[in-house]
Amino acid sequence: MTDTNQILGIVVSGSVEKGVDIRLDNQSSVEDMVVGRYVTIEGKKRRFFGMITDISLGVTDEAIMEIPPDTADLFTAEVLAGTATYGTLHVLPMLTIGRDVASAVESPQPVKTVPSHFSRVSLASEQDMELVFGKEDTQRFWIGNPLDMETKLCLNLEELVKRSNGIFGKSGTGKTFLTRLLLIGMLQKSKAVNLIFDMHNEYGWEGSSESGGRKVKALKQFFPEKVAVFTLDEENSKRRGVSTDFTVRIGFDEIDPEDIALLRQTLNLTEPATEAVYQLRRRFGKDWMQKTLDLSDSEETKNLLQQMNIHESTFQNLRRGLATIRRLPFIVPHASVDAVKSILEYIDRGINVVLEFGRYRDITAYVLVANMLARRIYNRYQEKMEASMAGNVAPPTPLVITIEEAHKFLNREVANYTIFGTIAREMRKYNVTLLVIDQRPSAIDEEVMSQLGTKITCLLDNEKDVDSVLAGVSGKNELKTVLARLAPKQQAMMFGHAVLMPVSFQVREWGSQQSYKEFARGNVSKQQTEKDIKELFG
Amino acid sequence: MDNKIGEVIESTTTGFIAEAYELYNLPPFGGLVKIVEPSTEIYGIVSQAGTASIEPGRRPIARGKDAASEEAVYQTSPQLMKLLRSEFSVLVIGYAHNGQIYQYLPPKPVRIHAFVHSCSGDEVKRFSQSFDFLGLLVAANAQVPTEELIAAVLREMSRVQNDPRVFLITTGKFLTTLLSGDYRQLRAILGRLRA
Repeated sequence: MTDTNQILGIVVSGSVEKGVDIRLDNQSSVEDMVVGRYVTIEGKKRRFFGMITDISLGVTDEAIMEIPPDTADLFTAEVLAGTATYGTLHVLPMLTIGRDVASAVESPQPVKTVPSHFSRVSLASEQDMELVFGKEDTQRFWIGNPLDMETKLCLNLEELVKRSNGIFGKSGTGKTFLTRLLLIGMLQKSKAVNLIFDMHNEYGWEGSSESGGRKVKALKQFFPEKVAVFTLDEENSKRRGVSTDFTVRIGFDEIDPEDIALLRQTLNLTEPATEAVYQLRRRFGKDWMQKTLDLSDSEETKNLLQQMNIHESTFQNLRRGLATIRRLPFIVPHASVDAVKSILEYIDRGINVVLEFGRYRDITAYVLVANMLARRIYNRYQEKMEASMAGNVAPPTPLVITIEEAHKFLNREVANYTIFGTIAREMRKYNVTLLVIDQRPSAIDEEVMSQLGTKITCLLDNEKDVDSVLAGVSGKNELKTVLARLAPKQQAMMFGHAVLMPVSFQVREWGSQQSYKEFARGNVSKQQTEKDIKELFG
Repeated sequence: MDNKIGEVIESTTTGFIAEAYELYNLPPFGGLVKIVEPSTEIYGIVSQAGTASIEPGRRPIARGKDAASEEAVYQTSPQLMKLLRSEFSVLVIGYAHNGQIYQYLPPKPVRIHAFVHSCSGDEVKRFSQSFDFLGLLVAANAQVPTEELIAAVLREMSRVQNDPRVFLITTGKFLTTLLSGDYRQLRAILGRLRA
């Protein structure tokens, strides 16, 4: 590793919009530089923080490229290195700190200018990084290390959960590990409670690691008192040895026309068929689904349909769709215990809920259940929040809802109908935010994407996906280069509301004994406190 | 001083011509020489050297047809040693005043009959701590090609350095900035420096 205090070079040109160019001095080799690393620039009046976004080679004389020295001629090459041939760093300045005492105590500010000519540039030191990202404390959670650095990169989770956030990355880049880490962080450091729609059974008791199918511990093993595992598939959970707290059953009468509208694509329904659902709901009331499925192929039915102006083929199309839903084993004519009510009970007590889908991993089940439960929970939150605004009732605990395959809920066609679209847009007004996990961010509605506070992205290689994740970020083109060069595993880039400047980092390790000890620490200390209180006060 | 090698016979601001005290006893091409004046030393680089007849109009004639060797020619005609003389041209590249070295042209040209001394290794080392003199050489109107001259100077100087390769690379880098508009000349010089 290069010494951090060593001068890398000097600023030779630049602009606020495009960033500054730094000419490397003779001693620094371009091969030691990495895109995504941080540098500090010592301007005359301020210090600048920036990220290396590009590294290039330059020559003072075009003739050098036309007649390069012979490959065997090491002497000439060495003489030319750093003088006639040189390396250039392209750095995107992101933050400034004033030099005088008064501004030194202020937090770093976004850049509004560029450093003057020939300002000296060096790699950011550990202290510099701490100044920007803070130290691990009661609100800040260590989520990884900046690329090629030993410093702990900390994220202010209290700040993070105030907005909806997104985790992106193509399949196999470590989204699940990152999410699990972030959830642990929230459990440790924030007051928010999580509701996790856990499509692949990764977050409740234990998850699997891709390398060798090793089992890794998940939330409940660290915080047994703070996490409840709900399941849609009790049998499957048992087989995996997970002790569940609640088995979710959903009654026909709990399904609303909006839920069907959302499933239009997955159920292959026609436009008129989704329209017909609303009519049927009006006609039959709460039990519309059961009654619709019960309709026989009689004259009577035909007349009824004619009255409602529903075409026969439309009706058949709808019936096939509804039958698909009915075949889901957790759908029952009438659920004896209200799942929403129990989820809310847990959440009110500050207990995080992980809903496992067991074997029902198909997208129909996931979209249906997640949307239905979230909508009703959100409504309850809205009521509570309004009550608290009106009276002196305490506002409900902040809730973070985690959804996977988010583009199924938030794509351009359905984002306006689903509750997740509403939550993402209305943000924290009602104390509910989202943690969106997805591998195709380009499929998510732009409006929703623009409302996400903090985005953490692992490697993405589709041009459209990269564009949509970076939309609206300053220095987008420069960051693209950095994003495209992340390692395919365990590296991510983070930017937005909760961090002062974009940062690419090595995600904190998960799975070793040491890491487990540290993750559980927050919990142990709480138990210890309780024990101490008991000992002291009886 | 026993390293006295010649005497100035023609002088200008940019350089001088000296006659060697002994025939053929010339300093090397590109070598550093100096002239000692009270409180001032003037440094120069040997840029050209030669031997010819004392009288410009009278060329020597070939004499060795029947001689066994070249030495025999001189032995049989001892007057030759007096009729011929060796001269060398020097480009002034700096001076020292009260011990401080300045690598630019001195205020006054050297005087005729001033003694020319060759420089010791330590003197060369001391003078070559800075490379500004290369600017004078690049701009000099020498009778030999500039790249030949500069390469010769650097080779000569590198010989006495602790690490000749490092010296050549450092001076090479200096030259690169100096000759930034003339890559071909730079290549020509570097090509002559390679060990």
